[in-house]
Amino acid sequence: MMAYSSIIDWVTATWGTPLMERGFYPFDDYNLPYHISMALWNIIGGAIAWLINLLFPGNPVSEWLINPYTNEIFALVLFMVIIFAVAFIAVLISLWEERKVLGRAMDRRGTMIGMMGFLQCVADGLKTFMKDNVYSKKVDEMTYWWTASLVIGTSVLIDCMVPLSSRWFVVNYDAGLLIIMGLYALAPFFILVSGWAQNNKYSLIGGIRAAEMMISYEVPMLIIIASACLLAGSMNIGDIVNAQSEIWFMIPMFVGFVTFVMCATAEAERAPFDLAEAESELVEGWQTEYGGMKWGLIMLADYMRGSVSCGMIVLLFFGGWTIPFVSLDYFLGPDAVDNCLYWLPVPELIFLLKGWFAFFLMIIIRCGVGRVRTDTILNLGWKVFMPLSVLNLMIVLVLLVTGVY
Amino acid sequence: MDLTVREYQEGWESEIKSKLESQFSGKVTVTKTETRRVYAQVDRSVSKAVCQYLHDELSFEHCATVIGVDLGEAEQKMQVVYHIDNYTLYKGVVVELTVDVPYDDLHIETVSDIWGGANWHERETWELFGIVFDNHPRLERLLTPDTYEFFPFRKSYKLRGSQ
Amino acid sequence: MTDEKKTQIPDAQAIAEGAEVTKEMVQEYKSNAIDMDKMWITMGPQHPFSHGLWTLKICADGEIVTDADPIVGYLHRGWEKEVENRTYPKIIPMADRLCYAASMTYTHLYCMTCEKALGIDIPEKTKYIRIVADEINRLQSHLMWMAAVGTDLGNYTAFLWCSREREYWMDMNVRLCGARSTTNYPRIGGVRNDVFDIDCDLPNEEDHSRFMRDLIRCCDHFDKALWDIIYLIDNNSTFVSRMVGNGIITREQCANLGITGPAARGTGVDYDARRDDPYDNYDKVDFDVPVIKTGDSYSRYMVRVEEMFQSTRIIRQAVQKIKALGRNAPYRLKVPANIPAGRTFCKLEDPRGESMMYLVSDGTDRPYRLKVRSPIFVNVSSSKALLEGCRIADVPVIMAMIDMCLGETDR
Repeated sequence: MMAYSSIIDWVTATWGTPLMERGFYPFDDYNLPYHISMALWNIIGGAIAWLINLLFPGNPVSEWLINPYTNEIFALVLFMVIIFAVAFIAVLISLWEERKVLGRAMDRRGTMIGMMGFLQCVADGLKTFMKDNVYSKKVDEMTYWWTASLVIGTSVLIDCMVPLSSRWFVVNYDAGLLIIMGLYALAPFFILVSGWAQNNKYSLIGGIRAAEMMISYEVPMLIIIASACLLAGSMNIGDIVNAQSEIWFMIPMFVGFVTFVMCATAEAERAPFDLAEAESELVEGWQTEYGGMKWGLIMLADYMRGSVSCGMIVLLFFGGWTIPFVSLDYFLGPDAVDNCLYWLPVPELIFLLKGWFAFFLMIIIRCGVGRVRTDTILNLGWKVFMPLSVLNLMIVLVLLVTGVY
Repeated sequence: MDLTVREYQEGWESEIKSKLESQFSGKVTVTKTETRRVYAQVDRSVSKAVCQYLHDELSFEHCATVIGVDLGEAEQKMQVVYHIDNYTLYKGVVVELTVDVPYDDLHIETVSDIWGGANWHERETWELFGIVFDNHPRLERLLTPDTYEFFPFRKSYKLRGSQ
Repeated sequence: MTDEKKTQIPDAQAIAEGAEVTKEMVQEYKSNAIDMDKMWITMGPQHPFSHGLWTLKICADGEIVTDADPIVGYLHRGWEKEVENRTYPKIIPMADRLCYAASMTYTHLYCMTCEKALGIDIPEKTKYIRIVADEINRLQSHLMWMAAVGTDLGNYTAFLWCSREREYWMDMNVRLCGARSTTNYPRIGGVRNDVFDIDCDLPNEEDHSRFMRDLIRCCDHFDKALWDIIYLIDNNSTFVSRMVGNGIITREQCANLGITGPAARGTGVDYDARRDDPYDNYDKVDFDVPVIKTGDSYSRYMVRVEEMFQSTRIIRQAVQKIKALGRNAPYRLKVPANIPAGRTFCKLEDPRGESMMYLVSDGTDRPYRLKVRSPIFVNVSSSKALLEGCRIADVPVIMAMIDMCLGETDR
């Protein structure tokens, strides 16, 4: 038991050892949010340990708290919080962006209160979460609660799993994009069952419509993702981004880009594809019977899926977190930790800014168009977008065969 | 039904008046004519026949209203007033038919099978006055709530302010 | 509504004992079984699209609508009975509240009916002023309708742009009579105030009416601004494809069902009370009446849009005529309090159709019976014919083209 003399000693107990050599380091590569959470836990854990040591000198709890192995566990918990918080704030900013841009298109200013309107979104979220939990007695209890939770859960899960750069990731594995698409594709099933569970005709119709639309728009998306992976040579997200270092995939896969933006808008249930919540016909579609906090979380999940769509657009077409002609080795290279300002989240901000730009495209689409009918949407999905995505695949194959890629 | 569109000419009202009076001699009296207006008093027994004649022969395609008027205890009768518009053959002419309905026999033939536009007007007149339109497809409440008393527009139903 | 008598086909036991199963029984059983797939959906009184308080029950077989049953009466105030207890001038503000969207048209109609019953002829200038007031209200009402169409089709940009344009016309209303909506402006025998500025000592006659100068400016601005909104909606195939091809009825059906106004003119019924049965100097003003024969929602939409352009045309001509009559021409007559016994009725082209008032007067200062014919009352009753065969998604679009205003439906 080391006798640390001051609180600073307690806090900086393990700061000496480099990050990746302590205890068990859960990742293969350098992970920035983990480093941040580790530093945070050092401060918090060290301070708590020092306090307890002050009251009961030499107690085993303090020693346990600053043990390098327990540090890792608590750091992982904080890591989850940080990842979620960053994703959440990014979604809030995209929500704020939508309100302002949509407002300007409609010849008004959008939200104005609080930091140019940003705190209004926070206030709306707080208000929604403080509402009463009201639900009809006639709903099918188990499916009602479980499907809502699962929709929200999977949406938050995917949003947290989209990597913001090569050092801001949760899991870095070779089939990254496929896992994201797989989880994304679970939502229609939950929505369908949820629509039935609410014991309401509107919800049922809304649920069926949403499910059929989402399922039909996933097919072109998957084909385009497959072609992007073909161009890059692997399904690892880091490899796909690195393959775009010369030229962004938007140029060779332009047809795919346009199709993917439309399909991503449809998957995120945004106008013009927002039939599931076609207010003027079906009140709120499959979300009719969810009120208060449940609705707030479902809205959050909706925007998170919109964020995931934008994230995928950025990763596949806009070059991810790289800027053309500028090397980000200062931040992302193997010796980055030696540079003094390596911890600035520049690649992550680049990624987020590009994501907000892609979201801007979706907002502009929403401003100008009305809602289309179900059969028109399905026609579009199967008869227009799927052939276009196959065309895109053929262009990619030609590029591969002729050796350009 | 002749649907040729003609622009307004001067002698239309007297033409309609003579046609009506000759077709239903004695039962129909044209009380007054003005520019584009023909006002007639019709006997209850031929009200439907007159309407049918107006619709088929004179191409009056549009029934604007069916109005009920309660003439009160003094005269012991109500009246049903029809306004029929013409869009084609006598473009712009409106015929007003007034039919007397005595208190002790508040029935009259429906014209909703001739003109669909009369459907809800007859329903409303029944609901507010109590005049029964025979053979109407659906004589139910329309405007007043389910628990409301019936026939509020009759003169016997006093408003609180006028008591 | 739906009668739930279902034929019972005898079970195996009964058939073994000699019960008979006829072909008719099987047919009826099958047709009733198919009826069980139909679902009555209540687009209830609290619904985002309904623009007013009414219920529309539709019977939907999957996505296709087979039957419709509108239920109105939530706003019934017993107007026609209430007015029997009020003197004639007191009814004018009540007539405003009949259609709160375009309120001056009903007061205009009421004053016209009273003047006809009295047998007086109002001054020329008043007739033109009433034309101007009517057309301003028509523009306001049509812009509100267009905003509602935008929301029904899922686009809020159109809603806000139309509301912005409508604000200019509401400002004109305020300049004319002081109120934006329920204006209380026409009077029996004239109008409440002149359009020339009352206490204006400027030397130039032209400057005596800044209201009319601003009115022309408003018309100029609107003629350009309306094109922006039209480009937003008409150049966009998402909107147009929602409107084309649904809600089709034939011209004969339309005239028979009693549908009037732009909804009828979009179906080929060539009748406009301003042109074919002119009142208040409409025969001295030059304008076109758009009529389209197709009969679907898009044609009803286009008729209303074209009517907006024609309204500005009418306003310009009427303003010229008012200026020619000058500042000192009379605008209001004194009328007696009692209306002699008799029966009168008058017709007017409301923005929503043909509205009518029928007055039974008995020589006192209160009406004996005053009946209001509302165009929407009849247009809504025909919703079954309009909605049959369309999809659920088309229901808000078709009903939006009817342009519901509940105040006049329920009275």
